[in-house]
Amino acid sequence: MIIEALIGVTFLAALVVFVAPDEYAGKLAAALSALPVLGSLWMWAQYDASGNALLGGSIAFETDVVWLTLGGLDLHWFVGVDGISLPLVVLTTILTTLAIVSAWTPISNRESQFYGLMLFMEANLLGVFTALDFFAWFVFWEAVLVPMYFLIGVWGGPNRRYAAIKFFVYTNVASLVMFIGFIALVFGLGDSVSSMRLPEIAQALRAGALGGFAGLDAATLKTVAFVATFLGFAVKVPVAPLHTWLPDAHVEAPTPVSVMLAGVLLKMGTYALLRFNFTMMPDVATALVVPIAGIAVISVIYGAMLALAQQDLKRIVAYSSVSSMGYVILGLVAYTTYGVGGATFQMIAHGLISGLMFMAVGVIYNTTHTRMVGDMSGIADRMPLTAGIFVAGAFGYMGLPLMAGFAGEFFIFKGSFASTVHSAMPLFTAAAMFGIVIVAGYLLFAMQRTLFGPFSFDGEYEITNAPTHDVAPLAVLLLLVIVLGVAPDLFFGMIQDAVNPILSGGGL
Amino acid sequence: MFDLALQAEPAATWTALAPAILLGLTGLVLLGIDTIRTDEASNALLASVSAGGSLLAFGTAAWFLVAGTGQERTGGAITLYGDALVVDGMSLFFTLIFTIVTAMVVVASYDYLRDHEHRAVFYSLVLFAATGMTLLSMANSLATVFVSLELASLPSYALVAFLKNDKGSVEAGLKYFLIGAVSSAVFAFGISLVYAVTGSLVLGDVAAAVNAPEMAGVLGIGVLMMIGGFAFKTASVPFHFWAPEAYEGAPAPISAFLSSASKAAGFAVAFRVFVEAFPLGALPAGVDWVIAFQVLAVVTMTLGNFAAATQEKVKRMLAYSSIGHAGYALIGLAALTAGGPNGDVLGASMAHLLVYGFMNTGAFLFIALVEHWGVGRTFEDYNGLASTAPIAAVAMTVFMFSLAGLPPFGGFLSKYALFYSAIEAGFWWLAAVGAINSALSLFYYSRVVKAMWIESPSGDFEIQSRPVGLYAAVIFAGLGTLLLLPAFGPVIETAQTVAATLF
Repeated sequence: MIIEALIGVTFLAALVVFVAPDEYAGKLAAALSALPVLGSLWMWAQYDASGNALLGGSIAFETDVVWLTLGGLDLHWFVGVDGISLPLVVLTTILTTLAIVSAWTPISNRESQFYGLMLFMEANLLGVFTALDFFAWFVFWEAVLVPMYFLIGVWGGPNRRYAAIKFFVYTNVASLVMFIGFIALVFGLGDSVSSMRLPEIAQALRAGALGGFAGLDAATLKTVAFVATFLGFAVKVPVAPLHTWLPDAHVEAPTPVSVMLAGVLLKMGTYALLRFNFTMMPDVATALVVPIAGIAVISVIYGAMLALAQQDLKRIVAYSSVSSMGYVILGLVAYTTYGVGGATFQMIAHGLISGLMFMAVGVIYNTTHTRMVGDMSGIADRMPLTAGIFVAGAFGYMGLPLMAGFAGEFFIFKGSFASTVHSAMPLFTAAAMFGIVIVAGYLLFAMQRTLFGPFSFDGEYEITNAPTHDVAPLAVLLLLVIVLGVAPDLFFGMIQDAVNPILSGGGL
Repeated sequence: MFDLALQAEPAATWTALAPAILLGLTGLVLLGIDTIRTDEASNALLASVSAGGSLLAFGTAAWFLVAGTGQERTGGAITLYGDALVVDGMSLFFTLIFTIVTAMVVVASYDYLRDHEHRAVFYSLVLFAATGMTLLSMANSLATVFVSLELASLPSYALVAFLKNDKGSVEAGLKYFLIGAVSSAVFAFGISLVYAVTGSLVLGDVAAAVNAPEMAGVLGIGVLMMIGGFAFKTASVPFHFWAPEAYEGAPAPISAFLSSASKAAGFAVAFRVFVEAFPLGALPAGVDWVIAFQVLAVVTMTLGNFAAATQEKVKRMLAYSSIGHAGYALIGLAALTAGGPNGDVLGASMAHLLVYGFMNTGAFLFIALVEHWGVGRTFEDYNGLASTAPIAAVAMTVFMFSLAGLPPFGGFLSKYALFYSAIEAGFWWLAAVGAINSALSLFYYSRVVKAMWIESPSGDFEIQSRPVGLYAAVIFAGLGTLLLLPAFGPVIETAQTVAATLF
């Protein structure tokens, strides 16, 4: 029942905040969002399950009741967590609270609606990571889009209408493609499944129960469905060349929304790829390893090159997400315990670090009202604390040892180098490693020009230290990044335990 | 069969008509109140009596449905008056739709009518139309079908033209009346052709005589003409032309009433007449009405959607969207096959009409609210409404996304059930056309949402009042749309169970 309580409390908090007066909305939202944080930490402390939820492992905090019966397929309210989803639940609750606090300064109109939507989005995100029935999962998955659309469209920058509609249309079309692909798969399974529960579908698919549907034979149907769902999720991740909505959305979105977008929403894509494509259809994934690994490497390198070419700090961080998510795809397709486990760990690490970077850029923007690299230099003189955290976060992004980014990327490279799914995997890994060099290049270059050197700033704003409630979330995130870097086993143990069942059987 | 009314019925069976009787009586009581109290204050009394009457009818129908009246487990359908009327699960299910929509509409009309005369007439016409719709869902003979069709339609003509000093309203009423009269004539002619071939008006007897090989051509023309009559009532192609004009010109609560309840009534009778009188297994060649409905479904949903996308006025956009939704609901007839999962298909369509009853009524009532405030009619006029009326704007957002079939709202599940059942019946191309149309529809629905929330206000408007009745009805419809997602299970199961008994 803890999961229902978590989601229910967050929904209620969203309602309360939505009708609260604007003056208190921010503080009220932060206070109420502490409840799901406590709940998810309690879940983490009490977690006692083992194995993969989809492949017959035990499921923690499970609820399974029939929601409705339609034709031969029951739809269930089926939620629970395993070692893959629990870290993402914890990430979601913590990052939402920090994003809400970081919104106190930049958001100054229609506050109660803003914070209400943030909490509404959190509730749906929790649903995405805990639902184990396809239908319940899809409802939450789609429902995340609605608050995001408003958050970008109402509180965004000058070009917000275009960015919001582009985000909405892009991801909605992707969802439709994914939905059709998956439903075709379920129809192909015919009588071998009696419900839309993901474990049932995953096990039936891995056992080879798929039949033909709509004139396609089983093998073709599986490949078509894999490609359709992969494309649908890849837009969310995003991988090149489906990433074009991301920079627009990030640049126009206000800082706290960017934090949620980069920190959690992108992980929906990689989480779904892991749960659906790589867990349910490993045979197709390994057959398509060359194009998938190719896409991953292109995302890593191309994303980093794009970041290198930007003048806007926020665009730099936005494109670097494309690059980082490429590593995750590379880890997933490796099918080794360190590859898939590292990819899952990297989702958490990147969530924290990119959240940190967006927030740091936001704090600087709150003071300077510009994000252009050329408009300022020597900011570290006037905002030493913010600049310090910015630098630390950037080093985390580059993969400095003892920070979470290092652990994630190291696991991925270790796993993908040792991968046996294709003889060219070491080559792909080596190519992807060049991404790190470019990351270091653009981050160091950007920091050198904005933070260091002699102080100069053309704007009419006075540059002073940021208020405490702006810096506090940054400090918390940095602390978490270091803690996870020093002790990755806080999450990596349960992740590995949940990942291992994926790596054997099912046509592998 | 002409001594129908003279046949005495056992007491236990005629009580099954209670919902229809309650609605009719409420209409009469309203007229009675009007003769006694003519003062200004009577508006609240009239509105509460109408709402009470329709909610009572709703409660009775819901109770019958739960208790099993007219359903398999208590001995099957109850036929009355020499088979002229039949009370079964399907008629009760549709009665739920009519009565709940009527209740929302009369509550909303309380504010809408505050400055108008002849309020009692308005309320009683709504209730008489609802009575006609309820009878329409029970009609088991082509004669009662025709009579109840007229009973449902005639008050609607008057209601559309209710704002008699408003040119648009009067013009809409006239257009609606003329097209209605033509389609009634076509429909009556169709009935007479069917009667000529089969020698009976009772649906069961028609079914027994329908596979007579002679005069199959005449029968085919008769069936085609009857389809025309239903197309008028459900606002489907090719008799949809009246709908945008009538919905736009009519008082907004009446637009809500016509596009939700009246459309559902058209479907109720179409489902029963075609399934009962022209059973799929026994049809002679050339009378395959399923193909006609397949064409109509595809054309109606596509045309409705594309026309809606080009509109500049919100109410007109909603009118075309309601044509599009008629196309989706037509899948209920278009995906039938001899021996297929017909109960599932028809039931899914019925469940969609119920959800549609909430979301579409709510959307039109929001328009009524906006008209009450005196805000304009185009998308631009809606700019920035969310900052002045956030709660109503949230409700409207729910309606728009639900109509587009987006989770987490009732419209998502009902559309999914509809398309799923079409695939189950083997008509995956019909489901695909529906899904594509549904995805495209997000374009014009989201324009309203975008205007309300994202655009900044273009003109100065002040909202002086928060009309209680309109707000209550809009919020009720919004809650209904939302709660029909978790509570969709019993709805679809009931609908599919009662629909399965028709086959």
